[in-house]
Amino acid sequence: MIAGISIYEILTLTSILFFIGVYGFITRKNLISILISIELILNASAVNFVVINKYMYPDVLQGVFFSIFIIAVAAAETALAVAIIINLYRQISSVEVKDTEIMKH
Amino acid sequence: MEKIVFYILALIMIVFAIASVTSRKMLRSVIYLLFVLIGIAGIYFLIDYNFLAAIQLTVYAGGIIVLVIFSVLLVHHIEMELETATISKKILTGLACSVGLGIFLVTIYSNEFVVVENVKTTTVSDIGMGLLSYGAGGYILPFEIISILLLAAMIGAIIIGKGDKLTKNDDAL
Repeated sequence: MIAGISIYEILTLTSILFFIGVYGFITRKNLISILISIELILNASAVNFVVINKYMYPDVLQGVFFSIFIIAVAAAETALAVAIIINLYRQISSVEVKDTEIMKH
Repeated sequence: MEKIVFYILALIMIVFAIASVTSRKMLRSVIYLLFVLIGIAGIYFLIDYNFLAAIQLTVYAGGIIVLVIFSVLLVHHIEMELETATISKKILTGLACSVGLGIFLVTIYSNEFVVVENVKTTTVSDIGMGLLSYGAGGYILPFEIISILLLAAMIGAIIIGKGDKLTKNDDAL
């Protein structure tokens, strides 16, 4: 536990980070920027798992395991997304959302 | 002392997160995200999960950020400015996000969390034993599945990244 910091303050921080991520996800027009926003959202949720584990159930480690899985899935997702983005750029020379119209190849 | 560190970290994270989603330069946006991720690693250090903080630093700050920077450099001119959403859309989205945040905060602050005071430290061996245990509360199955997922993602990324040779006959665009 962080001395002097209640669970409410940390949950407030992660909620703010989450909604900043949602804001970026909606307003951005570029695939890589959207990926960045998704990273923000995933990180906020991972911190939530860890904090609730530490503050409310210190005897078990479930939150830590879930955070590890979230980080692993995020790494896999980013690798795939970057591969898709680069392939898309090769084909249509753009990574803007509005230019991305076809899926079939 | 820890209180001050936490508030400084929180301030840095919020400011850089906002900068990251509003900056019009792509590369700067990624670097701002790096600061946010390092701040989250700092939170993990503060609540005494050193292993998780190390994972956060190596996988996120070391791996994902470098990957994203590579893709930005391959895809963009550094000086190119991103086009942004219209002002009305920004305001509308900001309002919607504020409302959502308000609902979250009301829910959080009206909930009574049963906090257990503790100063337990978690060692890496605890985490390893938990991940590899077959018994109740063991996570061996998800652990194996995540390794297969990573393998599949790696193969998929290679196939998609090669792409050109597999779709050579396509003359669309």
